[in-house]
Amino acid sequence: MSYAISVNGQIHHVEDDGQTPLLWVLRDTLKLTGTKYGCGVAQCGACTVHVDGTPMRSCTLPLEVASSARITTIESVEGVEAQAIRDAWVARDVPQCGFCQSGQIMSAVALLRTLKTPTDRDIDVAMSGNICRCATYNRIRAAIHDAAAQLGAAR
Amino acid sequence: MTRRRMILGGSLIGGALIVGYTATHPMQVAGAILQGGGSDPEPSAFGPFVRIGSDGWVTVVNKQQEMGQGIHAGIAAMVAEELDADWDRVRVIEARNNFRAYGLQMTAGSNAIASNWDAMRNAGAAARAMFVAAAAHRWNVSRQSIEVRDGVVSHPGSNQSATFADLLEDASRQTPPQSPTLKQPKDYRLIGTDRVHRKDSLAKSTGAVIYTQDIQRPDMLVAMVAHSPRFGGTLARFDASDALKVKDVVDVFAIETGVAVVAKTTFAARRGRDALRIEWNDSEAEMRSTPELIEYYHQIAAGRGDLEPGDFGTKGENPEAPFDGDVVEFAFDFPYLAHAPMETLDCVAQVDGWNVSITSGAHLATLDQVMAAIAARTIPGKVDLEVVPAGGSFGRRGIMSSDYLVECVRLAKRIQGRPIKLIWSREDEMMSGYYRPMSHHRVWVQMGADTFPARWRVHSVCQALTPIGPNFQATEGITNSPYFSTASTVDGKIFSPSFPVVVGFWRSVGASHTAFVMEHIIDQLARRADRDPAAYRRTLYEKAGDTRRIGVLDELCHKADWGSPLQPGWARGLAIAEAFGTVVGQVAEVRLVDGRPIVRRVVAVVDCGIAVAPDQIAAQMESGVGFGLSAALYGAVTLKDGIVQETNFDSHPVLRMNEMPAVETHIIKSIRRPTGMGEPGVPPIAPAVANAMLALTGSPTKSLPFLSGNALGNSDISAQS
Repeated sequence: MSYAISVNGQIHHVEDDGQTPLLWVLRDTLKLTGTKYGCGVAQCGACTVHVDGTPMRSCTLPLEVASSARITTIESVEGVEAQAIRDAWVARDVPQCGFCQSGQIMSAVALLRTLKTPTDRDIDVAMSGNICRCATYNRIRAAIHDAAAQLGAAR
Repeated sequence: MTRRRMILGGSLIGGALIVGYTATHPMQVAGAILQGGGSDPEPSAFGPFVRIGSDGWVTVVNKQQEMGQGIHAGIAAMVAEELDADWDRVRVIEARNNFRAYGLQMTAGSNAIASNWDAMRNAGAAARAMFVAAAAHRWNVSRQSIEVRDGVVSHPGSNQSATFADLLEDASRQTPPQSPTLKQPKDYRLIGTDRVHRKDSLAKSTGAVIYTQDIQRPDMLVAMVAHSPRFGGTLARFDASDALKVKDVVDVFAIETGVAVVAKTTFAARRGRDALRIEWNDSEAEMRSTPELIEYYHQIAAGRGDLEPGDFGTKGENPEAPFDGDVVEFAFDFPYLAHAPMETLDCVAQVDGWNVSITSGAHLATLDQVMAAIAARTIPGKVDLEVVPAGGSFGRRGIMSSDYLVECVRLAKRIQGRPIKLIWSREDEMMSGYYRPMSHHRVWVQMGADTFPARWRVHSVCQALTPIGPNFQATEGITNSPYFSTASTVDGKIFSPSFPVVVGFWRSVGASHTAFVMEHIIDQLARRADRDPAAYRRTLYEKAGDTRRIGVLDELCHKADWGSPLQPGWARGLAIAEAFGTVVGQVAEVRLVDGRPIVRRVVAVVDCGIAVAPDQIAAQMESGVGFGLSAALYGAVTLKDGIVQETNFDSHPVLRMNEMPAVETHIIKSIRRPTGMGEPGVPPIAPAVANAMLALTGSPTKSLPFLSGNALGNSDISAQS
């Protein structure tokens, strides 16, 4: 079946089974490989994308559901929050293997768009769905605080 | 002098690999530095280690594999320090696997900093000397009067200066010095400073880094393979009719390791695989469950098996003589541990007749090349292995059989002439073995009148990690324990059962369990002697003359405020362990909530010799604490009738953001040669937490994980007399 899907501001016409997870449409069909496969069961968060602005796990989101929403991936997440998060990630050398970081950043950007100055508890709640086996958690936490402070100072 | 003379020990042609290759000779290293340019497609054409371009950029060719540990930053810093390059104009590229150019390419055992320390510094220093010589000649001044800083060569006396780029051609005509003068550590401007940053942080924050999983090639197929659910099981028969009906499934066939489904997309391969009907032959398979294996290990340790043990750490007169007097007995059980790197196992390969090309996050690249050649029935020289960053490994991609890579080559050989990407699901990875082996350690200590151990007896049961030789990895961390210093005898026996569950290297290898054995025992002995665990250790280290551990312990007690009061309900636990030449001490602050340890803060002290990249050392300490704590809290792979029960992150929890303690890293100042940091942060955390729990409850920990919802919690051996 054919689906029109909005990804990163562009409409793509995708010929696929409606039950195909969005993750594989992004990766294999649209060649947007920044979004990663880590578990396939919405446990690790490596596949996190924004669905109408909300962070969701694309590995369990069927194409037929995703096609009614605006999808944003790591390749084109933009805006002041995304920039502040990336700057903070680089300044703190957050990534190690880096494989989970697309998902981490998508979750972190969504958090900062919702809460301007998240507490540690807010960060725990927003970020606990994203596993990092390198355990970069402390730097992620610090970088989110940095980004929030930088955005606060800019306002 | 040619670059080819860099090869000491031969080539891979014909499969003969000669170990003993060295690329550390400065003549050999530096002679190639300035030749050629970036347009040369042959990486060895610009020298194996460093290239300085006409744009002034310094490119360091990193023959080590980047799997998260940040090795590229340390390697580049060694070159840049001795070259006096501008750190902001230093880039790092990943070397292709090329034995002729780079020698053995194996990233393992936390040795990448240590093993490159001479070669990279010499390369940088030799290049610097060539620039100095060129400038001295051009300006007609003495070499001694030349200075180099941040990529600029200058002669302060005549106020002349030139960049590396300006001098490139002149410098290339200079003969590199036989033994370039290396800097003294006190003169370092870059090494040991926080200016040494990763070079990949931005690319890893934009989704731009290409991992194996992300490789796209024209005409590429994707495969998944159905493996036997039991170790040692083999394919009996299969019915592919439904699988072949799945849209975009191209082919289904049997290979050595199971049934392969080849498709145009990953999800089609997955659905095709799900549609297979397979019958496995379990006649040679492991059919036992974890409680049976634990009981089997206990029987072995009690001497009721027919396995011949090997000796380890044995010392003194008549060590096997019976103990008497005050004897304390301990027993520990440790589970199989999966690696679960974020990127599952994957590989891209294409076979065209004799020629094999592979792309993978391989960290034993030289070995993988040989294994791929054997699988493709070709010679290693025909195998081109492009190494890309791995989304973690923790040892899983560093195994002797190169299982996933060989599987992909077999698929490619069957497909012929088309690239194929093999993707393992998370379930495939967690069920695939090469685990940190389960182990059982039974320890008897005869106490001396001075409250310190007088005699030790350690019986360990653990599968061997390598098919031949002594099973030394199972006991590293015990064999050279400083706690043996007061003992008149040590009787170490290692039993190495063999059965189909495959085991492998897991971050920190033997120390991942042996550090727990020794560090948790020593706390229990200290408490028995009514001594403070830190003071008790210190006395033993003094008797052993172990000044490095004393240094770490003293700094640790200072930084962790050891002995100062904590809020009610909290306690500190301390552990110190050495792995791969690096000594790490950690103090964990722990409380118990419904029996569950909550770790809020870990203070860590490390002696890894000269600290090349301090921020990356801290990053690896944080990583080691998190990885080790994850395993200590939850880590276990268990079998039920031979089938792995923990297959994804739902049934196999791992540490998440809300459980990560604060980690403070303090580095001992040292002028010793640097040692590694990828693994040594792991071993101390579990015993540090167990020792804090001991302080809180008085109860020792007899098995891991702490939160065991599985059979490992039911050990019937009493842990202490």
